[in-house]
Amino acid sequence: MSPHRPTLAVFKFASCDGCQLQLLDLEGQLRQLADRVEIAHFLEARSQIEPGPYDVGLIEGSISTPDDIDRIKTIRRQCRHLIALGACATAGGIQALRNWGRDPEFLAGVYASPEYISTLATSTAVADHVPIDYELRGCPIDPGQLLEVLTAFLLGRRPNIPSHSVCMECKQRQTVCVAVARGISCLGPVTHAGCGAICPAHGRECFGCYGPSEPANLVSLTGFYQREGADREDLGRLVQSFNAWAPAFRQAAERLTGPSDLSPRS
Amino acid sequence: MKTIRGISVKSLTRVEGEGSLKVRLVDGRVEIAEFSIYEPPRFFERLLRGRQVAEVPDITARICGICPVAYQMSSCLALEKALGIEVSPAIDRLRRLLYCGEWITSHALHMHLLHAPDFLGCESAFTLPPEYAGFLEDGLALKSLGNQILEAVGGRAVHPINVAVGGFHRGPEVAAVRGLLPALKQGLEAAQRSLRVVQQFDFPASPSPRVRLSLASEREYPMNHGELLISRPTGDTRGPIETFAEQSQEFQVPQSTALHSRLAGDNAAYLCGPLARLAHNIDQLPPKARQVAESCGINWAAAAMHQSILARGIEVLAAIEEAISLAAAYQAPPAPAQIPLTPRAGSGCHATEAPRGLLYHSYEIDAAGLVTAATIIPPTSQNQAQIEADLADLLTEALHQSEPPDDPQLTRQCETLIRSYDPCISCATHFLTLSIDR
Repeated sequence: MSPHRPTLAVFKFASCDGCQLQLLDLEGQLRQLADRVEIAHFLEARSQIEPGPYDVGLIEGSISTPDDIDRIKTIRRQCRHLIALGACATAGGIQALRNWGRDPEFLAGVYASPEYISTLATSTAVADHVPIDYELRGCPIDPGQLLEVLTAFLLGRRPNIPSHSVCMECKQRQTVCVAVARGISCLGPVTHAGCGAICPAHGRECFGCYGPSEPANLVSLTGFYQREGADREDLGRLVQSFNAWAPAFRQAAERLTGPSDLSPRS
Repeated sequence: MKTIRGISVKSLTRVEGEGSLKVRLVDGRVEIAEFSIYEPPRFFERLLRGRQVAEVPDITARICGICPVAYQMSSCLALEKALGIEVSPAIDRLRRLLYCGEWITSHALHMHLLHAPDFLGCESAFTLPPEYAGFLEDGLALKSLGNQILEAVGGRAVHPINVAVGGFHRGPEVAAVRGLLPALKQGLEAAQRSLRVVQQFDFPASPSPRVRLSLASEREYPMNHGELLISRPTGDTRGPIETFAEQSQEFQVPQSTALHSRLAGDNAAYLCGPLARLAHNIDQLPPKARQVAESCGINWAAAAMHQSILARGIEVLAAIEEAISLAAAYQAPPAPAQIPLTPRAGSGCHATEAPRGLLYHSYEIDAAGLVTAATIIPPTSQNQAQIEADLADLLTEALHQSEPPDDPQLTRQCETLIRSYDPCISCATHFLTLSIDR
C-alpha cells in the first residue's frame, strides 16, 4: 500500500442519496477502491472524518439554500479535483422545477419563517456556483461510469465517458425504435448515454434522466414530435423532469410552456 | 449552581441523509433531546401537482435513492384506487418480488455496512476486525443480490424504470427471473450466516417503544397489502389502510424540516419498521425466517431498539425465501403487462411497508388524469417523535447510573440508538409545507 494514498471525500446537498449509494453499490470493487484511496469524508459510510484538503471531492445534490452556497465554496477550496455527480449536482434535479417560479408557494421558500431552514427560490447545479473539474450525468449515475471517472482522476487521465446519445445505445442493443415504430415521443436522440438505453428496451420512452448529450437540440426534436401530433403540454412535462434546468432542456421547456419568471430577461 | 451539560453532533454519520443531534441536560435532568433533520426541503408534494398519473412513480422514486421501490409501490397502489383499477395476481406477485429485492439490498446496507460497526466498536465497515471479513463479504453479496432482483424486474437497481401505474411497462423474461435462483440460494446461506454473527453481538440495554404500527396480514408477511395494526400495551387497534390519516396525525416542529407524527386520541409517539412488522406478523414469516425469529429467545412484542438489527436480518432471510418461491413459480404475464389508463377524477390512498416502515401516499386526480393534490408520509418522520422519546429515556437512564457515562460515551450511545431506527433522512425531509411569514 502506498504511503500517500489519494484522499476521497463525498459531500451531499439537496438529493435522494441515490448517487452516493452507487459508490456503495460498487460492492466488490468498493473494497479494492478502499485499499487504493483513503475515503476521508463520507458521512453515510464512516463515522471518522478526516480534515481536508482532499484529492478528489464528489458532490451529490443541488444548491438550494443560502448555506449551501457557502458550503460549496468551502468545499471547492478543500478539493484539488471537484466532480459533480448526477442530475441534481449537474442540473439542479427535479427540485429545480421551482425555478420556473410560477407558484407563490415555491417562491415563498425565500421568506420561510426564520425558525425554519430557509431555502433559495432556485435549485441549481454546482457549476453555477464554483468551477468544477468534471460532471457525471444521470439520475442516478451509473456505477460503472463512476468507477471510470474515479480511476481516471486517480491516474491523472481524462475519463473515457462517451458523449453520444441514448439513441446510439438503442442501436447497439438492437432495440426497435419506440419513436419510429410506435410513435412514442422519446428523448433518446438528445439524452446523454450511460444508462444502456433501458427504457426503450422496456417498451417505453426515454425520459431524459441522463441529461443532454452533446450536441442536443431539444427545441428541434420536440418541434418534430409536435408536428407528428404530440400534445404540447405532454411534451412540456416530458422535458421538465430531472434535468429540467439543464440549458438544452430548459430552452425546449420555455418554448413549450413559456419562460421562467426567474430567467434573466434579455 | 446549575450544572448544564450539552451534547451536540452536527452531522450524524452512517445514516441516509443529513441530520443532527442536540442534547441539553440541566441538573441531571433531560431538558432537550432533539434529533433534527436539516436537509433542504425539495417540495415533492407540490411538484407532483399538475403531473400526469403515469409520471408519478418515476417522480416519487426520486424522493429516496435507498427505497425508490417503496415510493413506486405506494404511488401505484394509491393511484390505481383513484382510477378504480386493480392489477392481476400475476402482476401483484411480480411487484412483491421487486419489493423483496429492495428489502434485501436496503437491509443489507444498513445491517452490515452502517449498523454492525456500532456493536463491534468500529467507526465504519471498512475498519471491521479481520474476523468479520466474511460477514462484510456476505453483506456486500446480499446487497448485490437485492440489486440483481431490482434489475431483473425493475430494469435498474436505483430508480427502477419498469414500474408503471397499472402494472409494468414490460413483463420480465422468464429466463431473467428464473436466472436469479442460483444467486438467491447462495443468498439464503449468506443471510443465515449473517444472522448467526449478529446473534452473537452484545446488545447494551436500549429503549423498547410501547406503541407499534405496521401493516398486518393473515395471508403473507406484509409488503404491499394488509390492514393497519396499532398495538398498545392496552390493546390493539385494527382498521383498513384508508384509516391511517385519521389514526396518525402530523405536526410541525421548529427544529426539523420534516413533520412529526403522533397517534390521534392519546397523542402517543409510535414505532414503525421491522420491529413493529415482526411483532405483528411473526406467524406469517416463511419457514426458515420464522424458525430463527422463534428460536433466538426474544419476545418480539417487547423487543428493544438495538435488536432491530436482528429483525432486519430475519426480514432479509424472509425476503430471500419469498423471492425463491416467487421466482421459481414465475411465468411471464400476458402482454401488455400494464392495464391501459383511462383518466377519471378521483382520489385514492395506500400504504406499503418500506424497509424502514410504513409509507403512506394519498392523491387526488382530475378528469384529465392530472394530480391536483398529493400527501406523502414517510416512515422516518413517523418515527421521529419516538426517536426523541427514546433519546430522553436513554439519557435519563444513563444519568441515574452510579457512574454516569462521559460526553463522548453518551454521544455514542445516542447515535447508536438513532441508527437502530435506520432513519432515512432524505425521505423524511421533503414534505414540509412552508409557513409564510411576510
